[in-house]
Amino acid sequence: MIPIILRDVQLALRSGGGFGLTLAFFLVLVMFVPFGIGANLELLARIAPGMLWIGALLSCILSLDRIFQLDWEDGTLEALATSPIPLSGIVLSKATAHWITTGLPLTMISLPLGYLLNLPPAQYGLVLLSLLCGTPALSFIGAFGAALTVGVKRGGLLLSLLVMPLYIPTLILGAQSVAVGTAEPGIMLALLAALSLCCVVFIPAVSALALRANLR
Amino acid sequence: MKIESLTCRRASTPILQGVNLELHSGMITVLRGPNGSGKTTLLRHLAGLGSDTQGLDTEEIVFSGHLDAIKATLTVGENLRFWAGVYSKALDPAIIENFELSDLIERPAGRLSAGQKRRLGLARVVLSGAKVWLLDEPTVSLDTASTDRLVALIADHSARGGACILSTHIDLALPQAQILDITQFKASSQEADPFLSGDFT
Repeated sequence: MIPIILRDVQLALRSGGGFGLTLAFFLVLVMFVPFGIGANLELLARIAPGMLWIGALLSCILSLDRIFQLDWEDGTLEALATSPIPLSGIVLSKATAHWITTGLPLTMISLPLGYLLNLPPAQYGLVLLSLLCGTPALSFIGAFGAALTVGVKRGGLLLSLLVMPLYIPTLILGAQSVAVGTAEPGIMLALLAALSLCCVVFIPAVSALALRANLR
Repeated sequence: MKIESLTCRRASTPILQGVNLELHSGMITVLRGPNGSGKTTLLRHLAGLGSDTQGLDTEEIVFSGHLDAIKATLTVGENLRFWAGVYSKALDPAIIENFELSDLIERPAGRLSAGQKRRLGLARVVLSGAKVWLLDEPTVSLDTASTDRLVALIADHSARGGACILSTHIDLALPQAQILDITQFKASSQEADPFLSGDFT
């Protein structure tokens, strides 16, 4: 499983790997918000945590179809499926690699981007923590959607529509945990972390079934 | 190991029926049949990519399909090291030498010719160390010298107790191989889909 994670990270960093695309999209989205909303610092500070969450989520959706599609197209997926590594292990590794190349960097750059949105200083730690707890769920739920749509040519549209409702609980918990004025963010963070852990445990097995069906 | 009366379907249409196949160490089976007769379907079934059977044990097989399973942006060496890692094997330099990939080791796989890509794909089969090789038209885009080396590798694999099932349209110099004409297993009636024929109205 380690070789798959290492290779996926390596591929993401190579040209055409899509690593820069998610970060650039996040940056562009967050930079456009002040222009769209206007230079109202109070308003920006209030919407900043939610904007960062929406931005991270949309950037994540943008990269989902790469999880399995490229491996499907060049035959790597069927070679991996017939290798000694179980399919659920392959899903686990690929979703983990997706988190390392998407969720983790998005979490990191949310801090400088928070500055652009006039994020209140007290919220920086919370934003970092909530994205850290929530982005694994985004990667794993996304991997499930990607496994379902892997055989579909240009399946990006289907994939986004499919994962959109599945992402809503994560978004609600994530945005609520960092919203300005939340009394007890700890509970939201705990629920968010629990959601991520459930996804890490259950999704590889379910996605493996979806992949198996698509490889037929 | 024996496989009896296997039915292979593709998109729920039975393609092959009652396939009987014996598999023992040292055996080479060449699948023969015209285009569309089900050679690929049978091999994919054996590899566990079929719809209703579990296929062979993935610990023991390696499957090489029409696609070479290589990443264009990784170099030849990186591709090989990745697969060596997947199969938890050390990368044997003799395999690289055997497929004449030593000079190409630093080259991105996307800049290889079709034949070189195929050689890289077949190197994965050898380095997997699997007992049973399932090769779907492995000789496509190989030149005669490479085809001869592949034949020698298959013969060597079988001499060391491995088994190989392959499909091909050309005559390979494998006197020990048994030819299996799969047209005899062709599904007699392409039975109609009960849904489409209106049984579920």
